[in-house]
Amino acid sequence: MSNIEERVKKIVAEQLGVKEDIATDASFVDDLGADSLDTVELVMALEEEFECEIPDDEAEKITTVQQAIDYVVKNA
Amino acid sequence: MSKRRVVITGLGAITPLANTVSETWDGIINGKSGISPIDSFDISSFATTFGGVIRNFDISQYIPEKDAKRMDGFIHYGIAAGCQAIEDSGIEVTEANAERIGVAIGSGIGGITGIEECYAVYDKSGPRRISPFFVPGNIINMISGNLSIKYGLKGPNYAIVTACSTGTHNIGDAARLIKYGDADVMIAGGAERCTTSPTAMGGFASAKALSRRNDDPQAASRPWDKDRDGFVLSDGAGVVVLEELEHAKARGAKIYAELVGFGMSGDAYHMTTPSPGGEGAARCMKNALRDAGLNADAVDYINAHGTSTPAGDVGETQAMKAALGDHAYKVAVSSTKSMIGHLLGAAGGIEAVLTALSIKNQIAPPTINLENQDPECDLDFVPNIARNMKIDVAMSNSFGFGGTNGSLIFKRYE
Repeated sequence: MSNIEERVKKIVAEQLGVKEDIATDASFVDDLGADSLDTVELVMALEEEFECEIPDDEAEKITTVQQAIDYVVKNA
Repeated sequence: MSKRRVVITGLGAITPLANTVSETWDGIINGKSGISPIDSFDISSFATTFGGVIRNFDISQYIPEKDAKRMDGFIHYGIAAGCQAIEDSGIEVTEANAERIGVAIGSGIGGITGIEECYAVYDKSGPRRISPFFVPGNIINMISGNLSIKYGLKGPNYAIVTACSTGTHNIGDAARLIKYGDADVMIAGGAERCTTSPTAMGGFASAKALSRRNDDPQAASRPWDKDRDGFVLSDGAGVVVLEELEHAKARGAKIYAELVGFGMSGDAYHMTTPSPGGEGAARCMKNALRDAGLNADAVDYINAHGTSTPAGDVGETQAMKAALGDHAYKVAVSSTKSMIGHLLGAAGGIEAVLTALSIKNQIAPPTINLENQDPECDLDFVPNIARNMKIDVAMSNSFGFGGTNGSLIFKRYE
């Protein structure tokens, strides 16, 4: 779990260019400055990292770091 | 119709010599070459292995790294030169003037390296891995788009694409927008990055356009020399700030030169070969002179297209004679491509920057590597050493694949 959290946060940091510590409950759009294209690319990076395929309707529900972690824990 | 006059109030440059205008100019007037071996990919099997590569460039000086990684390098170079030009001009964008300031910065080829990289991702991993930033990160008008977003420039926003005439056409057309009254300030020029692209290097090599002087890259770009064997492909960007004269005076801007003439023409002859006798290029120069309301004998200096190709250099020599008559023999003509190579869509941009500086500093840059002048090219090409001289009127030429021509005429402003 903690390993997944670290990996997710690392990807979020890389994709969104965040240099500070990322809170687990941070929202990609509201807290980390992502726009709609950023979130699409972020989901792609998560798919790549965790070797999974996230369907579009599921991807739309992933809007925070915690939701990304939960999705990976459940599905990857 | 309009009496609105256009002056140049800001300059920006990213070149194989340096990543600033002042250092580039210093290299140019000292006859330095910026050409070097290409090392961004394995080029060992290519016919040509060198080019005008940009070194020590840091895009994070201009935009956040997060944004930068979503754009091809040609956009980086264009944004950097655009930022430099805007800073140099000292113009402040306000709510009152934002709609009167526009951008027209093009590229000949655009994000070809980014397109190659994305295709490799698709080939390996399929369509789901194609980045949502692929399209906006590689299309040609995104220098103009991104600069407008960065500075809040709400005037005309576009990018003309005309191969190696791109930079010249963007500047000439943008100046006309100011004259016509559609804008008071235009940020205009061109940018290119092709030495990082295997298909671009291979394509120009297959067209037999590139010099193959792999054992001595810095001697490869040698316009009008008997031993020239093709052009040297280069990366970079050149951008100018064009401004309506009264607007510039009202804010006490420094003025490099006035842009007094712009001419265009089409060869209607061949995809890559210039028309016989330089007929198309000659009409282009004449059109620029007519637009400027100047006689041929007013021209003191020409920053030539001068790419160092066997046919092109002869064609341009003939064209200058056809356009200027006997006065062609009295004009100082140089090719700054001898030092920085051919920046394709950025060539007209950087050459406008250098021509403006030639007028401002009253110095004609040299044509380096001109050791044995081709008898068919018999004009005064300012061989090897820069020349202090009176330059009241200067012309800059650009000619591109497709037979697309552009000439700008600049005048000393006092």
